[in-house]
Amino acid sequence: MHEGGLPSSTSAIPLIKPPLWLLAELTYACPLQCAYCSNPVDYAGHGKTMDTETWLRVLRDARQMGALQLGLSGGEPLVRQDLEVLVTEATKLGYYSNLITSGIGMDAARARSLKVAGLDHIQVSFQSSEANQNDEIAGMRAYAHKVDMARAVKAAGFPMVLCFVLHRDNLHRLREMLDLAIELEADYVELATTQYYGWALLNRDRLLPTLEQVREAEIVANEYQARLKGKMDIYFVVPDYYEKRPKPCMNGWGSVFLLVTPDGTALPCHAARQLPGFEFPNVQASSIKEIWQTSDAFNRFRGNAWMKEPCASCPEKEKDFGGCRCQAFQFTGDAAATDPVCDKSPLRHLVDEAISSARITTIEKPIIFRNPKNSDRHTIKLAELTR
Amino acid sequence: MSEGKVEYATDYKPLHDGSLKLARGHRIQFEQVQGCDVLLYPEGVVQLSESAAMILKQVDGQRTVIDIAAELNRMFPEDGDLTADVRSFLEVAHARGWIA
Repeated sequence: MHEGGLPSSTSAIPLIKPPLWLLAELTYACPLQCAYCSNPVDYAGHGKTMDTETWLRVLRDARQMGALQLGLSGGEPLVRQDLEVLVTEATKLGYYSNLITSGIGMDAARARSLKVAGLDHIQVSFQSSEANQNDEIAGMRAYAHKVDMARAVKAAGFPMVLCFVLHRDNLHRLREMLDLAIELEADYVELATTQYYGWALLNRDRLLPTLEQVREAEIVANEYQARLKGKMDIYFVVPDYYEKRPKPCMNGWGSVFLLVTPDGTALPCHAARQLPGFEFPNVQASSIKEIWQTSDAFNRFRGNAWMKEPCASCPEKEKDFGGCRCQAFQFTGDAAATDPVCDKSPLRHLVDEAISSARITTIEKPIIFRNPKNSDRHTIKLAELTR
Repeated sequence: MSEGKVEYATDYKPLHDGSLKLARGHRIQFEQVQGCDVLLYPEGVVQLSESAAMILKQVDGQRTVIDIAAELNRMFPEDGDLTADVRSFLEVAHARGWIA
């Protein structure tokens, strides 16, 4: 992101820049049951999904605040019959609109009607390049339909991102996945390393790849990146557990990213709702402006006054913002701690222990699928897992 | 991107002399809140400097590098010959996949 053109802050209070990204999680309903879903494990117990009018107001208010990129996500956003209404409004407001979908609920006619509504781009996710594995991970027969829908997306004239979520069981198929992306004429490929929050955290022992797997995948990704330069952009990020420095999570808390859940809760990231001691505001009770600028939740980790050692005196604190608050909480019980992925963290050994634990976990350990039944059953278990 | 010579695979074409267009799914719009032009593309935003916006707005599917440089020279006669600057910016824009 270029910083040119933005006024710089002269006061001690961090300058609150406008949110650039609005991620609208329109529903938690999803026909798929992926065990690495970024939705919260306790989603089944959350409040009522917001209606069309309320979402239209959220779109208008956030746009007025400066939001530019709109992600229409879920669950599966195609479940919503009012999706075209929301897209039409987003187009009118000047958003760049991105539909983030599994492809289930799409057909060629719907792809065309979304095009007419002004949708800018579609991201289709795949669970694997191999049909049986894809369907096993998704918990339903989905692969053949996904392939058809990726073709329909391109036929309707959309730029298309193909997203492959990577983990231990499918990482060896990276070459196949990239070949599939070439065949389907993807404009971008996101090799999305599983991030260990929510359902993925619950299944971490079964999903976390080994270092050897990651290094091999890196070689393949680099090879394809060089080969396809100028034709297809390929994004690949090494899982942060294998890094020595934490990721600059969300580009900083409350910096560019605003997520609204199906029940209207406003969050600075996908996983923040688990953090204790927070009252996350709801768009039905507060304006987006109040939420973004003055709510305690969005201001809590802005700037760096909240940081503890070793972050507080670290020269890299402006670069990675101390890493991920949710990851810090999950490992240490303290959301203000240094993300223990950092090898300057005195608690780095907790990450290494997670890697060792995953290494000795065999394929026999059952995967917990994301569905309402497991949501109810595992809500308490997850609370235990995060200390 | 700017670290000297970049090795491209054989099927990669560096900036060409033909008509230039914004890459598929890319568009430029002025943003009141940011007070600048931005380039938008799938899941991405780049805030453009005034000169970057000025050059990219000439990319219309018709004009070539030479046309665009000539246009900029016409617009800013007091700034000397801008051809080299325009070309090097368009090379970067092309390498980043913003224009085709």
